[in-house]
Amino acid sequence: MNRLNNLTRGLIRENPIFVIVLGMCPTLATTSSALNGLGMGMATMFVLMGSNVVISLIARFIPDKVRIPSYIVVIATFVTIIDLLMQAYTQSLYETLGIFIPLIVVNCVVLGRAEAFANKNSAFDSLLDAIGMGLGFTLALTLLGAVRELLGAGSVFGLRLIQTDAILVFVLAPGAFIALGYLIALFNRIKR
Amino acid sequence: MEYLLIIIAAIFVNNVVLSQFLGICPFLGVSSKINTASGMAGAVAFVMVLATIVTFLLQHYVLVPLGIDFMQTIVFILVIASLVQMVEIVLKKVSPALYQALGVFLPLITTNCAVLGVAIMVIKKEFGLLEGVVYSFATAIGFGLAMVIMAGIREQMELADIPKGMRGTPITLITAGILALAFMGFAGLVK
Repeated sequence: MNRLNNLTRGLIRENPIFVIVLGMCPTLATTSSALNGLGMGMATMFVLMGSNVVISLIARFIPDKVRIPSYIVVIATFVTIIDLLMQAYTQSLYETLGIFIPLIVVNCVVLGRAEAFANKNSAFDSLLDAIGMGLGFTLALTLLGAVRELLGAGSVFGLRLIQTDAILVFVLAPGAFIALGYLIALFNRIKR
Repeated sequence: MEYLLIIIAAIFVNNVVLSQFLGICPFLGVSSKINTASGMAGAVAFVMVLATIVTFLLQHYVLVPLGIDFMQTIVFILVIASLVQMVEIVLKKVSPALYQALGVFLPLITTNCAVLGVAIMVIKKEFGLLEGVVYSFATAIGFGLAMVIMAGIREQMELADIPKGMRGTPITLITAGILALAFMGFAGLVK
């Protein structure tokens, strides 16, 4: 039961984007389409899983004073791995996401889970937590990407749904803020 | 002339917060009062310029000659983390009031993606050292400008009657969106 709780917590109840409001930069910057949002979400999830497991294993050997820098080194290692992997295998997505791949290292969600969960729980629980949080993050990014793509280009995942002219501004910078603002407001309304 | 273009482009056209989405966390978190917003902007400006200089030198005189530039992310973030620690110690000594006001957000400059973002961007755009410094300083001014404008709007907004579900983050994000729309007017100013 408790295990299940660790897994599902990140999906809705403590969703990193809609409820805790962490990791805003990649959320706003990379969701110009559903596919980009999904790609960014998966990359972050990979880093989150790796760092959560490693940190939960080594947490008791790290002196308290240097724990944050140590966590950052672990996270940066996984970011470098995914950076090189994506450069090799998903070239076009890598170019679209650009600077936001190395910037996963400063995503508050990743460091936040290390500090709030992984350093005081077992490796398996931390993995479950990472999967849950990662999925919640990916879900939120994909949803935001889909909304923006639908409004801004009339399609979702490249599938054209609206034939008339779309509202271009939703694919551009201001649309990201506005769409996310309304999505969070909607989320608040549903939760209440 | 070239430097002027870099400055205008970094402050207005490609504003770091409103068009590049870097440093959104402090932008949303510390922008409720003008005082704290400008304090945060100052701290970020200091760290950003310092970090750009140090990471630039490291990249060109250590990482590239040794052929280990894939270590960029790890090295840069460590440099920034230690710089922030240093600024924190200095600020605690010099201005306890400001230190109190910024509170938890000072260590969070480490995870302020604008600082790391600018450091990486300077390398990606193949700027020289002086261009890099000018660029990072202008970016910091752009960040401060966005922060202070936002704080000014939010101070006024406290008096407004906002629907319950929109209070807090949603209305802040939508305000930022409208601000970003206004900044889009600068597009085309610099090619």
